[in-house]
Parts: sequence; structure tokens; C-alpha cells
Amino acid sequence: MTTGILAYGAYIPRLRLQRKAIAEANGWLNPALKGLARGERAICNWDEDPVTMAVEAARDALVGRDRGGVRDLRFASTTFPFLDRLNAGVVAEALRLSEEIAASDVGATQRAATSALASALKGGAETLVVAAEKREARAASPLEMASGDGAAAVVIGDGEPLAVLKGSATRTVDFVDHYRTADSVYDYQWEERWIRDAGYMPTVPPLIGRCLAEAGVAAGDVTHFCMPATLPRVAGMVAKAAGIAEGAVRDNLAAVCGDTGAAHPLVMLVAALEDAAPGDRILVVGFGQGADALLFEVTPAIVKRPGNLGVKGHLARRREETGYAKFLAFNDTVEIERGMRAEADKLTPLSAMWRNREAVTGFVGGHCRQCGTLQFPRSRVCVNPNCNAVDSQDPHPFAEKRARINSYTADRLTYSPDPPACYGMIQFDDGGRWMMDFTDIDADELAVGQPMRMMFRIKDIDAQRGFRRYFWKAAPATGSAA
Amino acid sequence: MPQGIRDKVAILGMGCSKFGERWDMDAEDLMVEAYTEALGDAGIETRQIDAAWLGTAIEEQHVGKSGVPLAVALRLPYIPVTRVENYCASGTEAFRGAVYAVASGAADIALALGVEKLKDTGYGGLPQRGRGTLNNMTWPNLSAPGSFAQLAAAYRAKHGSAPEDLKRAMAHISVKSHDNGSRNPKAHLRNRITIDTVLNAPTVAEPLGLYDCCGVSDGAACAIVTTPDIARGLGKRDLISVKALQLSVSNGQEAQHNAWDGSYFATTRIASTRAYQEAGIDRPREQVNLMEVHDCFSVTELVTMEDLHISPEGRAINDVLDGFFDADGTVPCQIDGGLKCFGHPIGASGLRMIYEMYLQMQGKAGERQRKELPRIGLTHNLGGFPHQNVCSISIIGHHGA
Repeated sequence: MTTGILAYGAYIPRLRLQRKAIAEANGWLNPALKGLARGERAICNWDEDPVTMAVEAARDALVGRDRGGVRDLRFASTTFPFLDRLNAGVVAEALRLSEEIAASDVGATQRAATSALASALKGGAETLVVAAEKREARAASPLEMASGDGAAAVVIGDGEPLAVLKGSATRTVDFVDHYRTADSVYDYQWEERWIRDAGYMPTVPPLIGRCLAEAGVAAGDVTHFCMPATLPRVAGMVAKAAGIAEGAVRDNLAAVCGDTGAAHPLVMLVAALEDAAPGDRILVVGFGQGADALLFEVTPAIVKRPGNLGVKGHLARRREETGYAKFLAFNDTVEIERGMRAEADKLTPLSAMWRNREAVTGFVGGHCRQCGTLQFPRSRVCVNPNCNAVDSQDPHPFAEKRARINSYTADRLTYSPDPPACYGMIQFDDGGRWMMDFTDIDADELAVGQPMRMMFRIKDIDAQRGFRRYFWKAAPATGSAA
Repeated sequence: MPQGIRDKVAILGMGCSKFGERWDMDAEDLMVEAYTEALGDAGIETRQIDAAWLGTAIEEQHVGKSGVPLAVALRLPYIPVTRVENYCASGTEAFRGAVYAVASGAADIALALGVEKLKDTGYGGLPQRGRGTLNNMTWPNLSAPGSFAQLAAAYRAKHGSAPEDLKRAMAHISVKSHDNGSRNPKAHLRNRITIDTVLNAPTVAEPLGLYDCCGVSDGAACAIVTTPDIARGLGKRDLISVKALQLSVSNGQEAQHNAWDGSYFATTRIASTRAYQEAGIDRPREQVNLMEVHDCFSVTELVTMEDLHISPEGRAINDVLDGFFDADGTVPCQIDGGLKCFGHPIGASGLRMIYEMYLQMQGKAGERQRKELPRIGLTHNLGGFPHQNVCSISIIGHHGA
């Protein structure tokens, strides 16, 4: 048995904000933004956050795998929605992982994901490492331009790995290029040239040297160099200083996705694995208060592609967004008039949420042992009028089931952060149905019979109490895993 | 099959407030307005009423809970007062309570009053409200138009109807109700509109536009009922009596079991079949002379014509466009303007419909009076959502008809 990366997956939100729209809105203030106005950045829909993206990336990595094998879940981010509530716990519940697993949130630095990955690779139980990030940025800030929202996940464990760790190195120093405190919403950042000259350059190339030495691999033999850095030319300069071939430096996805922060080393690693051939060597760096470097060697098993979407598939599942004002509204960067209907109390009784966690977070319904009818939610009395058996239902998960639209509307009266609210009756191909919210769909795409799949999303935000509740929504099945 | 309610209870008097945006009125004022008319019509005094039922749905918006608000508003002399709520069927539920009380012999004379004061929300449309602890966690934040609009998608898919044909029939329904409402001095909306007004209106919930939706109104309506013998004893002639009262309530099948296709109301089909049986009606299209149905949205009225077994399945569009349900058609529907234009103060609506039957059958409907007095009339309420609802049906008619 060899330890290594057993599976990989990713999630990039469907909406891609055109950087030109940001520059056009803010150029009057900061004309330099026009120089950055190339390409697009991934943005969360209003109902997405690092937790929902982590669930989707993990589902992508777990396509075709037995989830029962996962014994440890490590969730890396610097933008967790909850400071004191295990975010990984929500992810585990949504994925219906065993309650016997270990789970932890790893945060506070842009290299949280590489640190979690390095620690998982030290061996032990099968570990799902997932990273997701949705960085808040002030309007007209360079960070707003450079960032992208996204997530990636890998499964680490014993078995037939797709890639094995050949060497690693780490360094910890209190280098503060930017910071955010418990009291602040946005980052405070120092001068970029200083970050490059006093941060990346003195730190990363020597670290790579140590990592390669441990692996016994020459710098020239690195085939994929994953160097997340949004500062211009940093990746190339680091590669040159470390002796890595220019052609090995991987695209940092700035043009199509943006920098996904703490998730970016993992996003770039997954993108590299998607392109990798047996024998390739992938070097991944995470930078933040020091740095991590990990060198992987790709095995022949890589040719068995998992049939998931990964980075490529999610980048292709795309809708251009030119509405910068919408992006500001989604992120509460501006205070907009939401109307009195938005004042409805969204209190979540935590006791009821706990009691119903299987149905609400796990999307588990019932399968009647007597008549075979599938139903949601699971109930005491079977819904089939010819059965109505009592206490006859076994838990039956719906999250991975294919479904179709039975009826629909696009509602402009009810409150939605992104009107019109699209929802309708969803009917599962194997049986069962529920009146559900739709997401990632445009009103003109709605049709009876349209194939849909389930996605884990924010159901409601309780602004009064700072709580958010999650449930599943139906999204078009196009661009879903095979 | 139980014997049923047919001709056991007669209407002694009825009243109905003006519906609309009654900015100067509290719910208590509206109750008194409807009650004063009914009491005068019945020719009795308050002390003769043995029991009362109050129907109101969104009580947190106005009177609060219990039967107390009715007892206080009318100064009822410590009699039993029960408050009932069953979505938009609340008014008919109050009526059912009063009628059953008389039929059982527990009361000689009983009062049913429905009221709703909706226009204290600060915004248009129905008040926002929770759907229950667990439902709030999984249901969409569905509005009334958003849930009923879905009938259109499912109906088109089932019958292969062209979207334009369905839209045109829906528009005809609204134009007809505005015409009717213009002849009703108590109606909330009294303006005439054209097909183009409907088709060019802003969309509320695809494919429903503004004019596919009924008014949200303040109002009250009430009925005083008794036995036919007591009514005659009080000098009443040509009695209008209750032929059937049926209620059908979804049990989750439409919402959870894949048998239902979303294009019709399972409850209405069942409740109307039972009501016809109770009333001794076997050919509803020929025997029912007048209908007041729950036209919360134009598309609801359209599919309801089939669910009441008046139009054959898939043929409602044709009947509507042929004018079958117009005020001068074969079976007028919403001759008083309906929810669409008379208005929809939820708890009052069921009783308002019975009020119209009562007026029309006695030839007291003024400018909108049907020439040939209707003998048998049907009222219909739907509360909730197409996929999970409460349907009430009442059949009212000349005593012995």
C-alpha cells in the first residue's frame, strides 16, 4: 500500500464577473484598474459560500468513490462563514460522511491548504482535504480584481494513488504582507514590490531547493510548477531563481477564474493533475507567513480519469456576468433597498435543525420497505395511498439523484437576493419529489422535463442574528459529472 | 355515504362589507358593517344567536387569536364563539361550523362571520409569513402567485396548449371579472380593462402578470343560519338553503408522490364530486346555474372549471373563450367580480361568495342581477398551494330544488 493522492476534484462557481465591468465602474477613482481589466473572475452566486463550495468540490472528488472510506476531513479557508461552529462539520453532514470521522477547520493563512495537505500526507487515516475561499474585498481594490471564488479537494490515503509525495519543505516566519483581524471585514495590505522582493523571493526558491533535495529530484525535472501568486511575474521569477524550466510554470488561472486565496494551491494542483501524465512531477507552493512546498510524482494510475468535472469542467460551466452592481449587492458591499418583504424573520430554531439535520443538511428522505416508494422527507406514514404503512421507511439519500422539473415559475413578487426567484416541483427519476428552489438557472431556461441535479446552497440568511441555514437546490444537470 | 346536509339548514340573513383598501377601518369596524346588514336582513336580534364562528386566516396581521375579537366587536352575550382557520377556506369553514351546529340541533340560530384586514402591511400583495419550522428550512420562499403560476407550465405540458392560447384565455377571465366588478358597488376594483391591458402588464410570477392576480383587500362577510322551520316561523318565504358542504385537504400526495402532474387540483376534483353527490347533482354542467370560484389567479379559475367537472379535461380554454362563463353566458362564473375584483379579504371570501348566491337567487343583485334567477349555485375556495392545499365547496340553492 502506498500513501498518496487517491482522488481530486474542484468547484468553481458558474458566474464569471467580467473585470472590464469592475474597471468601468471604478476607473474614475483608480485609473490603474483599467490595466488589470482583462479576463474574468469567478464569483459566488448569492447562495454560495466557502462551505457550499467545499461540499461541491468534495462531491466532485468523491465521484465514484465509497464515502465510507473517509476517516478525516480537513477544511482549509480564511473565509469560513462561522468562527465558532465547525465548518467542516457542515461539510461532513452534507456529504453524509460517517459521524465517526475526525474533522477540523484549518485557517488563518493563505497556505492553510498546503499545510493541511502536508499534514494529511504524513500518513494515517484516509483524509479528505478540501479548501474553499471567498475573499471579501473593498470596491475598487486590486484584491477585488485579482480574487476569484473557488474550491478544490483531494483524497489522501493508502491504496492506488494517482500521485505520491516525493518531498516537502516548510518555513514559518511572521511575514505580514496583509492581514485581517476578527474585527475587520477587509484585508490591509503592504506594498506589492516589498512583498515580492522581501517575501516571495528570499523565501520560496530556497524552500523549493530543500524540497527538491529531500526528493532527490533536479529542478529541471519539475514538469508542473503550481505557484499561486497574483503579483505580476512572481511565479516566473521564483521558477528562474529555483532553476525550474519556464515551460513548467503553470497558468495561475488569473484570466479565467482569479486567485482563489487559500484554496488556490489546491485548485492549481487539481488543474495540474487533470493535465498530468505518468511520471510527471508536480511542485506545489503555498505562501503565507512562510511557505510550504510539496513535490508529487504522478503514477500510471492517473490515466484512469474519474469522470468528474474538476477545474476544467467547472470552468466550462460558465455564465458571463457583466453586472458589477449585482456583485456588490451579493456581497453586501453596498446597502441596497431590498424591500419590506426582505424583513421576514429567518430565525432557525437550532433544536429543530438538529432534529432534522439528516433531511435538511443531508437531503435524506425515506424508502418504504413495504411498497418501495421513495419520498422526501422521510415520514412516519408512507405517502403511497395504496400503502400508508407506519414506520416502514429506511433512510434514502436524494442529493446524488437525477431529477426533472415538473412545474416551475420565475417569481418577481417574493423576496430573493437575485430576482426572479426560480423554483418549482422537482421530480426524481427514481421516485420522490419536492417543491424546491432552483439555482444557477436563468428564467428563460426553465422548461417542464428539464434535467436537474442537486446542489448544496445557502437557503436563507438570518441577518438579524448572523446565522445562515443551508439546504439543497436544483440546478440544470448540464455540465454535471458523468 | 352519510346522508349529508342537503336542505337541513336555511340562510336567514346575510351581510357583506364593502371590500377594498379600507384605510379608515379596523377589522372590528368591518365585522360590524357586515353583521349589521345580516342582522337586519335576518330580522332578529343578537340575543337570538346561539353560537358563532369566526373565520380569519392571517389573524396576526389584525385581530389576533381566538373567538374573542368577534364576541367583543359584536358584544355577543357570552355564547360559544369559535375561531377557525384553514387557509383561504376559512370563511367557508366558519359557515360549515354554523351550518353543522344548526343541523345537529345544538343551535337554533348560528352566526358565521369572516373577516380579514390585510392592508396594514406596508406593501402590496399578501403578508409575508412563515410556513412552519421544518417547512421554512426546505420550502422555497414561494409567494401565492409563484405557486399558482406553476399550474400554467404543467397544464401546457400536459395538454400541449400553446402558451399564447392559454395566456389569451387567462386574459379573457380577468377582463370578464373586471366587467362584472364594474357593476358591483361593493367591489374593490371597478375599472373595466381590455385583453391588451392584461397581456401588456408587468410580470409578477411567470407567466402571471399583474392583471392575472386578484386584489388583496380588507373586508368582512357574514351569514346567519337556522332550520327551515324556524326560518318560516320568522316569516321567511322562498328559502335559500344549503345543499352541500365539502372539504378536501391535501395529505402530502401531490407534494411527495409522483402520481400528480401539477396541472390540476386533486382536492377540488374530490371535493366537488362529493358535493354533487351530497346535493343530488349528476350533470353539473347543466344543473349548476351560477359559480363563484377561487380565482386568486386567472389560471386557477381556468383549471378549476375542469376540476369542478364543468368543462371536460383539456377544454377549459375553449369554454372560457366561447364566453360560457361570462355574465351573459351559460354558467356565469364570478358575476360579482370574484376574488379578482370584488377582492380577497381571505377569511371573508367564502362567505362573500355565498352572499352573492343568496342575492342572485332572490333577485337582489342590482345592476349585475342575472335575468333568470339561478336555482343552484356553487362556491369554491382554495387555500395554500396547488401542491398542498385545502379546498372547500358549498352548494346553495332554493329550498327543495
